[in-house]
Amino acid sequence: MSEHHIKLPEGSIEKTTSTLNLGPTHPATHGVFQNILELDGERIVSTEQTVGYIHRAFEKLAERRPLYQITPITDRLNYCSSPLNNMGWHMTCEKLLGVKTPKRVDYLRIIIMELARISDHLICNSIVGVDAGAYTGFLYVMQYRELIYEIYEEVCGSRLTTNIGRIGGFERNFNDIAFQKLDKFLKEYPRVLREFENLFQRNRIFMDRTIGTGAISAERALNYGFTGPNLRAAGVDYDVRVHTPYSSYEDFEFNIPVGTTGDNYDRWLVRGKEMWESLSILEQAFRKVQDFKGTEAEVFHADVPEYYLPEKKDVYTKMEALIYHFKIIMGETKIPVGEVYHSIEAANGELGFYFISDGGRTPYRLHFRRPCFIYYQAFEELVKGGMLSDAIMTMSSLNLIAGELDA
Amino acid sequence: MSLTNEHIREKLTEKFGELVSGFEEPYGLLSFEAPKEQNLKVLNFLYDDEELKFRFLTDLCAVHYPDQPGREFAVVYHLHNLEDNIRLRFKVFAPLSQPDVYTASGLFSAANWQERETYDFYGINFVGHPNLKRIMNVEEMDYFPLRKEFPLEDQSRSDKDDEMFGRGGTY
Repeated sequence: MSEHHIKLPEGSIEKTTSTLNLGPTHPATHGVFQNILELDGERIVSTEQTVGYIHRAFEKLAERRPLYQITPITDRLNYCSSPLNNMGWHMTCEKLLGVKTPKRVDYLRIIIMELARISDHLICNSIVGVDAGAYTGFLYVMQYRELIYEIYEEVCGSRLTTNIGRIGGFERNFNDIAFQKLDKFLKEYPRVLREFENLFQRNRIFMDRTIGTGAISAERALNYGFTGPNLRAAGVDYDVRVHTPYSSYEDFEFNIPVGTTGDNYDRWLVRGKEMWESLSILEQAFRKVQDFKGTEAEVFHADVPEYYLPEKKDVYTKMEALIYHFKIIMGETKIPVGEVYHSIEAANGELGFYFISDGGRTPYRLHFRRPCFIYYQAFEELVKGGMLSDAIMTMSSLNLIAGELDA
Repeated sequence: MSLTNEHIREKLTEKFGELVSGFEEPYGLLSFEAPKEQNLKVLNFLYDDEELKFRFLTDLCAVHYPDQPGREFAVVYHLHNLEDNIRLRFKVFAPLSQPDVYTASGLFSAANWQERETYDFYGINFVGHPNLKRIMNVEEMDYFPLRKEFPLEDQSRSDKDDEMFGRGGTY
């Protein structure tokens, strides 16, 4: 006992801390993971995060699957923006196989990727609002996520776990309805986003709740391997789209928004600003796609019959397509031996694919660099000494997606 | 971009001589290996050197090669120099009989969970790790599932009567 210990009167109760199990299934965690919090009143003394509740052994599964069957696995990483993961996977394969995609395919991919980024940021930012007690914004923007999902639906037929695109391009060309919906989105969404921002950005309650909570310095964020909006909120302008451009991102003009303090408010602002940048990229891509005329406007995949899964109607009517369909499905295509690391800027940060091929029909080893998993370990440092209710908001402003955490 | 793969290679061989080997550049990414005892020395050198500045750990994972006696496990570090925007891949190999590798969690906080994950899947013992226990799987598990000796279920097996899922049963 130290000499500074306060002598309590006889019969008084010693101060104790309490343990709180937050999760695995708690409505406030927005996902399946557990936090064992040690609380002193409402202040957090220490936390222990337990993950793995929805671990599905994707890396092991991938060792048994031919390349085209791994795309649906990637859907289930960050399921708020599946198309980004799908595209990242296709591009990794293309890098290994040496497939070069036409410009139109790149631009169509960018349209899909930026839509996915907007829908992911939209969920994250509106959920931060929900955790601060503002449900309205969340419900209001949901209809625009719906519109984004309708665009996916026109392109690939599904909405949440999209399995969109193929190695070499897309399974079909974008139809007119998809472009009309995109046009509608570009016309209507800016007004809605502005309204959404007005609800929160200078809202006294929201600012009081978020400024200064869950903060991290740039140095610590880098040491913890933060990427994406969470790193940029701490003031580091690292963006894979700019540093290692893929899918012709170098043809686009956009800014990297950065914050200063790395707290919940800055994370919210960075995501908000990124949605504006994504909108601008979308507009540019939409214009570029419309510049393709005649036969060029029909291009939606690279001319690589040995890797690109042919359209079903061709399989039934054309000999070549039938052969390649058979070869790809049965895993008879030649896959080069090699190791490749490819990363894309997913909604949560750098999503990397480390793919080791031994020339067989399936990867010898496939490792996903999941941004969520890497930055969640900083959670204790972010919330220690803070209030329990702020920890909830920190959790949602980090945009923890259980699917990406556990893989 | 001032820093080139050749320059990194020169600096590494100048410092470590014979110890660093296997230089390759698959798809433009400098890749090399070192003995596992040297991993922290190499990582520290890459981190501290005024020119190299590889201060961002992008990824850490392991690979199992059952056909390489004495070199069954590779621990792979992907490092990134964010200032010059150049990446590299660094590997150390460990034997199955004693898969001990020094932890990088003192240098990179990001390595903490990634090493736990690697331990969980491959059983690599990261010496000096502050909290080396399973992260994805249950703690009672007594094997390391991503090792190659654990095959997944044979998809063509016919002994399973699984009518509801389109396998077996009568049609």
